[in-house]
Amino acid sequence: MKALSQRRRHPLAAVALLLMGLLITGGLYAAAGSVNEAKAATTYSASDVDEGNKLFVANCATCHGMNAEGTTDGPSLVGVGAAAVDFQVGTGRMPMQMQGPQAQAKPKQFGDEETQKLAAYVASLGAGPAVPDDEAVDTTEGNSAAGGTVFRVNCAMCHNAGAAGGALTRGKFAPGISDVSSKHIYEAMATGPQNMPVFNDSNITPEEKRDVITFLQEIDAQGSAGGASLGSLGPVSEGLLIWTGGLAIVIAFTIWLTSRPS
Amino acid sequence: MSSTTEYRPKTSTGKIANFVDTRVGGSAMVKEFGRKIFPDHWSFMFGEVALYTFVILLISGTFLTFFFDPSMAHTVYEGSYNPLKGVHMSVAMASTMDISFDVRGGLFMRQVHHWSALLFVAAVSVHMLRVFFTGAFRKPRELNWVVGGTLLILAMAAGFTGYSLPDDLLSGNGLRIIDGVIKALPVVGTFISAFLFGGEFPGTAIIGRLYMMHIMLVPALILLMIGIHLFMVVVHKHTQYRGPGRTNDNVVGFPVGPVYAAKAGGFFFIVFGIVALISGFFQINPIWNYGPYDPSPVSAGTQPDWYIGWVDGALRLMPGYLGNFSLEWIIPFPWGGNNLILNVLIPMIPAAILIGAMFAWPWIERWVTKDDREHHLLDRPRNAPFRTGVGVAGVIWYCVMWCAASSDLIATHFHVSLNDVTYWLRVLFFLGPILGFIVARRIALALQRKDREIVLHGREAGVIQMSPEGGFSEQHAELDVYKRYKLVAFESHEVMPAEADSTGHVSRGEKARGAVSKFFFEDRVAPVTPSELEAAHGHHAPAIEESSEDASIDR
Repeated sequence: MKALSQRRRHPLAAVALLLMGLLITGGLYAAAGSVNEAKAATTYSASDVDEGNKLFVANCATCHGMNAEGTTDGPSLVGVGAAAVDFQVGTGRMPMQMQGPQAQAKPKQFGDEETQKLAAYVASLGAGPAVPDDEAVDTTEGNSAAGGTVFRVNCAMCHNAGAAGGALTRGKFAPGISDVSSKHIYEAMATGPQNMPVFNDSNITPEEKRDVITFLQEIDAQGSAGGASLGSLGPVSEGLLIWTGGLAIVIAFTIWLTSRPS
Repeated sequence: MSSTTEYRPKTSTGKIANFVDTRVGGSAMVKEFGRKIFPDHWSFMFGEVALYTFVILLISGTFLTFFFDPSMAHTVYEGSYNPLKGVHMSVAMASTMDISFDVRGGLFMRQVHHWSALLFVAAVSVHMLRVFFTGAFRKPRELNWVVGGTLLILAMAAGFTGYSLPDDLLSGNGLRIIDGVIKALPVVGTFISAFLFGGEFPGTAIIGRLYMMHIMLVPALILLMIGIHLFMVVVHKHTQYRGPGRTNDNVVGFPVGPVYAAKAGGFFFIVFGIVALISGFFQINPIWNYGPYDPSPVSAGTQPDWYIGWVDGALRLMPGYLGNFSLEWIIPFPWGGNNLILNVLIPMIPAAILIGAMFAWPWIERWVTKDDREHHLLDRPRNAPFRTGVGVAGVIWYCVMWCAASSDLIATHFHVSLNDVTYWLRVLFFLGPILGFIVARRIALALQRKDREIVLHGREAGVIQMSPEGGFSEQHAELDVYKRYKLVAFESHEVMPAEADSTGHVSRGEKARGAVSKFFFEDRVAPVTPSELEAAHGHHAPAIEESSEDASIDR
């Protein structure tokens, strides 16, 4: 201790202190940041990674680069994790049909096995969120009311309170969340695809994520209580219905009532 | 009345009827009112639709008051809708949830109330458009037009106060916008907001206050205005379209009793039936989707009900910055800075212009045309091209703002950029009304020319004739007189240049009037005169007569 206090005015003391500070902050951040992939430690075999690499080079490298380092056409995939691949490829968003404001969901191009191999390859590039296990998305364990509250505070401003979707700037949009598998919803929250922010586990805990998924699946499954939902778009579609259908029926009756037998 | 001639009913029903009649004088009222004539035309029935939907609103609204609790006290929802179970919310929201899920027939009645509200304001609007485009607001009906405009504003007020009552996320966001607009008013804004909300937004008072306005104040005012409106209709008598035998001094149609009363009564049930069917099949305002109001979340796709949409749209169109020029100013005062939020205040100007112009139009038209005569005969819209142009310009302006309120949905559903939608609507906001005026007026003038052409040369019969010389010509069928009457009987305003007053001076106002008159009436199509008709038919008389049922009756 005495030695330490004697050297506190050493020219290199400031450098050592800075280094120590950086190491501690960096170490803590790494620990906090890796909370995401603590679950579901799926291990991929070396052959999966290898075959994934081949698929990657054939299908993805044009935009993401031969080593997934990214090009001007596509971002680097180092550290995005298996969950990102499972979401993007599993919902058909990747490979992209064309460059545009955002990748659109379409019929998926790869089977589950190939998607898994691609995920194995990308996961091998650097630590990132893993594909959630079944327990993480088990809606029988979740609480839909709690999930609804989380959803309204964190998600509704883009996805609409009824999960009908909404517009973002310059052609981008938050899609409606209907008919989306629980796994994909979880992965979207964990990886933040397209313009979506990442909701990591310190932001929305895995339990809260499960609640959100439970909420979304429940409102999707229950249908609308009051008749046709008109796209859950709120007052716009309601106004449209009354001005077109409603008034048209009324006008038809007014014409009938005032017509005279000729 | 002497006792010898007193009417003695024979049946017991007759005795009861006579007993009542001799005390309240019902038969005199029926005699007077039952013989009132109302002309028959489908476009005259939107006022009735508005009245009937208002009655439906009163009936369904009364039902809802039995179960609704306008309290902003906190409670925990324990009703039967699972995705909100255990969620904290206000009593107002919880009781609306109970109406929707736990009161028998409650959801249906909520939907009846809301759908009829949408139809009510729509019917009022269409009724006003009909009155405007046919010129029914002219002397002596100017004041009734103002009463009607007041009814439209009251209808919007009734709708908005009701929209906010469930205290759900959607309406709370709407209320927040209103709060923002109020606070943008210079100097007094924050005070009005604090007064209205009983402190800082949202407070705990607003739902109760809106409830009082929604179920008492506004409906009472609407009822009062409807009373005045209908009284004036009886005083002025109903207008009618031009037709043979219809003059400015008579009304051709059916008497109220019995046919018209039966039709109108039946029509109430038809309207109720339409509203009930829509309410049964289409969900409206699913507050359980939106969740309870909390000032922190704002949902994408938040819109007001359609009749407030145009004001919301004006706000959406307004940029916050013009280039680098910020529209939010802070005016320094000795006591500190006062905010001047121009990007919220400027969008209120179009609303003020549109409503102001609506109220003022009868006087504007009277001023330009110097027409002080009474008008009980309606114009076909094409026969008043200037008015039709102005009306279409107003409608387009309204619709551009209306569209802007759903700019996000236009972007997602037509796969276009939200920014582009906003830019285009900004362009249309300025150009749309101008183009609308020009195009509508040209169409009206063209239709008038077409009418002239048909009157003077008859309708194309589709029969091609070859003359002995080998020339081809098409036969034209002459119109029967009833159809021709419609096409020739109208008034066409002419330009009235500025005139000097008695001292020989032409005032500045009169010059302006002359200029507007020139702008409106420079292009005009005059109705066909009898001599023109004579001349046209003289030198190539149509070969065949158009056969129609009206004409055959005439023969």
